[in-house]
Amino acid sequence: MKNKNSLKIVSFLCKWCSYTGADLAGINRSQYPTAILPIKVMCSSRIDPVFLIKSYLRGADGILVGG
Amino acid sequence: MGLKSRAVMVAGAGIAGIQAALDLAEMGIKVHLVEESPSIGGRMPQLDKTFPTNDCSMCILSPKMSESVRHPNIKIYTTTTIDSVSGIPGDFTAKIVERAKYIDQEKCVSCGLCEEKCPVKVDDIFDMKLRKRGAVSRYFLQSIPSEYTIDPHNCLYLNKGVCRLCEKVCPAGAINFDDKDKIFEINVGAIILSGGIDSYDPIHLGNFGYRRYKNVVTSLEFERMLSASGPLGGHVVRPGDHKEPKSLAFIQCVGSRDENINHNYCSSACCMFAIKEAMIAKEHIKDLESTVFYMDIRAFGKDFDKYYEKSKDKYGVEYIKSKVSDISEDDDGNLILKYVYENGDISHKQFDMAVLAVGLQPRKSIVNLSKSLNFKLNEFGFCRSDTNLPLATTREGIFVCGAMNGPKDIPESVTAASGAAAETLKFLRLERQDISAEKDAVQEKDVAGDRPRIGAFVCHCGINIAGVVDVKDVAEHARHLPNVEYAEDLIYACSQDCMNTIKERIKEYDLNRIVVAACTPRTHEPLFRETITEAGLNPYLFEMANIRDQCSWAHMNEPWLATVKSKDLMSMGVAKARELKPLKRLPIEINPKAMVIGGGLAGMTTAISLAEAGHEVYLIEKENELGGNLRNIFFDFDSDPQVLLADTISKAESNELIHIYKNAIIKKIDGFVGNFSTTVTGNNKNEEISFDHGVVIIATGADEHVTEEYLYGRSDRIVSQVELEDILKTRKFPGTRKPKNVVMIQCVGSREEGKMYCSRVCCTKAVKNAGVLKNILPNVNIYIIYRDIRTYGFREKHYSELRDKGAMFIHYTPENKPIVELVNEKDTDSQVKVTVFDPIVNKNIEIQADMLVLATAIDAKKENIDLVKMLKVSLNTDGMFLEAHVKLRPVDFATDGIFVAGLAHCPKDCDESITQAKAAASRALTFLNKKAILAEGTICEVNDSRCTGCGYCVHICAYNAIELDPEKGTARVNDALCKGCGACVASCRCGALDLRGFTNGQMFGVFDSLEMTNVIDE
Repeated sequence: MKNKNSLKIVSFLCKWCSYTGADLAGINRSQYPTAILPIKVMCSSRIDPVFLIKSYLRGADGILVGG
Repeated sequence: MGLKSRAVMVAGAGIAGIQAALDLAEMGIKVHLVEESPSIGGRMPQLDKTFPTNDCSMCILSPKMSESVRHPNIKIYTTTTIDSVSGIPGDFTAKIVERAKYIDQEKCVSCGLCEEKCPVKVDDIFDMKLRKRGAVSRYFLQSIPSEYTIDPHNCLYLNKGVCRLCEKVCPAGAINFDDKDKIFEINVGAIILSGGIDSYDPIHLGNFGYRRYKNVVTSLEFERMLSASGPLGGHVVRPGDHKEPKSLAFIQCVGSRDENINHNYCSSACCMFAIKEAMIAKEHIKDLESTVFYMDIRAFGKDFDKYYEKSKDKYGVEYIKSKVSDISEDDDGNLILKYVYENGDISHKQFDMAVLAVGLQPRKSIVNLSKSLNFKLNEFGFCRSDTNLPLATTREGIFVCGAMNGPKDIPESVTAASGAAAETLKFLRLERQDISAEKDAVQEKDVAGDRPRIGAFVCHCGINIAGVVDVKDVAEHARHLPNVEYAEDLIYACSQDCMNTIKERIKEYDLNRIVVAACTPRTHEPLFRETITEAGLNPYLFEMANIRDQCSWAHMNEPWLATVKSKDLMSMGVAKARELKPLKRLPIEINPKAMVIGGGLAGMTTAISLAEAGHEVYLIEKENELGGNLRNIFFDFDSDPQVLLADTISKAESNELIHIYKNAIIKKIDGFVGNFSTTVTGNNKNEEISFDHGVVIIATGADEHVTEEYLYGRSDRIVSQVELEDILKTRKFPGTRKPKNVVMIQCVGSREEGKMYCSRVCCTKAVKNAGVLKNILPNVNIYIIYRDIRTYGFREKHYSELRDKGAMFIHYTPENKPIVELVNEKDTDSQVKVTVFDPIVNKNIEIQADMLVLATAIDAKKENIDLVKMLKVSLNTDGMFLEAHVKLRPVDFATDGIFVAGLAHCPKDCDESITQAKAAASRALTFLNKKAILAEGTICEVNDSRCTGCGYCVHICAYNAIELDPEKGTARVNDALCKGCGACVASCRCGALDLRGFTNGQMFGVFDSLEMTNVIDE
């Protein structure tokens, strides 16, 4: 089990909604764990299942899809 | 009149003003968008969700806000009011006053330190006084412009000469107490007023205890409570004791439909508003019980009734038809409602909280505005407009949209805004725009085949990033990443001098990819792209790492971890940049002609608008004469529909730019935006005519429902409302003597299982026809048997007038429909016996009617399906055409270049059809007024050698952008239609598709970089 500070949660965020939402969380100064690593996509439908596998293979501890 | 002006002033930057500005700007018109408050956006940002889709209001609005602030043809003036307008239509001079903001908007970086330190705390108007803000503040979180302003009424320094704390803490030196009001004189050809409305203040209605009882709130206050970005963070509690309410009462028509306060109109939106809030509140609090106290539920818009039914079936919202007479409070802050049923019975019920559905009313400022601009107000104080000219004020050249001339919901406001934009064109000089040749364009450097040489820049954003993240450490980290040739930290990367630095470094180090770690691409990507273009790089060779909005601001208390995350984001950005390729936006030529399908009121109006703007129009009508359903309408409250019909036909037929094809059938439509080609057969069925055009407008109308209920067709005495109009015109009543008793039954074929929608016009039509009948036969008894009377907006006045004239209204429910029998089955001229349960006397009553009039539904045309196949557009479950977005794109389809107007979209009245028809013209002109449009750069591409032609992507694409090449058998992407979502790429089984700017290679690069991200040991 990794130290919780080391966790990496690869977060696919749709440019139109959840990416903007993540910006809003920042503007609002809402605090959340640093594990969230945002990756902007044009639409959540762009997310190929391979993206998830690749992320895990490269050491992601979790995946969040926002769309 | 030689028109010179190419500019319009839009006064009021709510959703209506923004839409009007965007449409005009896209047509190449310069827009001065003037807004009284410190931000554009209007009412929508205050809303949590929107009916009937429960879309987040801010999420759907913010792209339009960003677009308008970035548009080169739109100049925004906030904190600005109109002083006066002089001149004539086509050549107005408007004097506007921009109030001093006391903050240099160029320097402000919106960090918020000033507000944090401001010692003054005042009620926040935006949050309905539910929270405090400083005297220096930003209007709301997502304000545009995002810069702060100082409120001169509350600032200590500006009032008492002491403080200046903000000045001391501002890292950007943006505070300027010497700022003065600025006066501008702008020359415009026409003006659009979109000043919006206020909500009614229920403090004047003592019986509801608003302000006296803490747990009585208005619907707008409740909306802020529901909002995740609101003062309660979306956690609904009672204002009195901060306990979660378990029961909610919604009280309708507070300040609406009330003759005592001269509000004898319906606010049109509050029923839906309450239904929405009751449902959303239930999502927040699972065991919440909501009850709506109402007179009539007016869910008359598209798909509204399904929403209303859902609130009952799925959310358990209870509806009680009654009038709340007063509210009292117990010692625990609970509220006891006293309410009166239709039959006069009085009841009491206790609730934890009550929400008053406050009506809409004109803004106070409209009185002065109407005087200084010289336009007239109607009897209720709204801006006056005419049924047949629903977008014109009484002053020529000044138009109105949004709720300023009558209560409207969001899509109606947006539609009116587009319509008003089209109306201004007759006072402007229009030119078809070229794709603007880049001003002093820098020769683009060819980087193909070059090894990536990446420049990485890290922004401090004053202390916004640097106060949390160790930016120097991030820059140092970047310096050691593969292919990074240069890395540097900058105080404000977006400032002019830092941008110059970036341009110099590109030249100095021969950089060919740039990564900036800073605020967010949402606001700053366009700016940085422009900067690198000026340095000779393709704009797509840019990547941004979001280390402010999504890092330093979100992890303010964990500076070390935030620095680690910033490094990770930098690594990911560099990894993607390494794979970036230059992209081109290809031009797509636009044919300037239009095809309008349907020659009814909507189709003709659109055609006339387009022709008046100088475009050729093919108007296709399947009947042998123009006019559509309007041919059967003979009466209106204050205008003659047949005069409107004759005028419109003559305008259409006399305009030589309009080519009318009657008896025409469409055989084939090919092509896409800007490049359609259509074949029709005309009068001579064997002759086929083909023509090219740039856009398609669907205005095919709708049909009257033919019912089998209530013995329709069995007797001449049983007619539909449409047939009644004909009887009223000819005065040939059925039977041998003039009718004594006339019964009207509403909702025949509407609002029932399988057809769960309101036909919208029938209540008003019944009220109108009953009024005409009363005028012809003053002694006739009229009984209107209804479910909910939906005389929305100013139509309410006519309803109450008819009640005053003695018409009887009897409420029925679908479980207990009226029973219709012929008094004498054998007699063809028999009277009709109607038996109905009357809740007022609480028993069945029988009426011997001389005439029974059925308000039959409006049905979607069966033939719609043919167009669906040809144009690949969609229908809703009722068979009506489905627009791109029910709130903000009410006349567009998801597929570019195709628009809808009139009854084909959903049931609506004549004035609403005219408005929507003009809106469709406006939206079409945003394409037609360009010689070409640019396709997006980030679109899909096909690798032919991998494609097996399975066609899966063709079905997946929501924009109809992919088809199979008939010769090669492989997928082919239409650059003009592709929106770059990438759904097809993820669905492709052979890896033949890829999304430029987000290629598999680029994405894999990002994942690979994860391996290099920092792992922290205990």
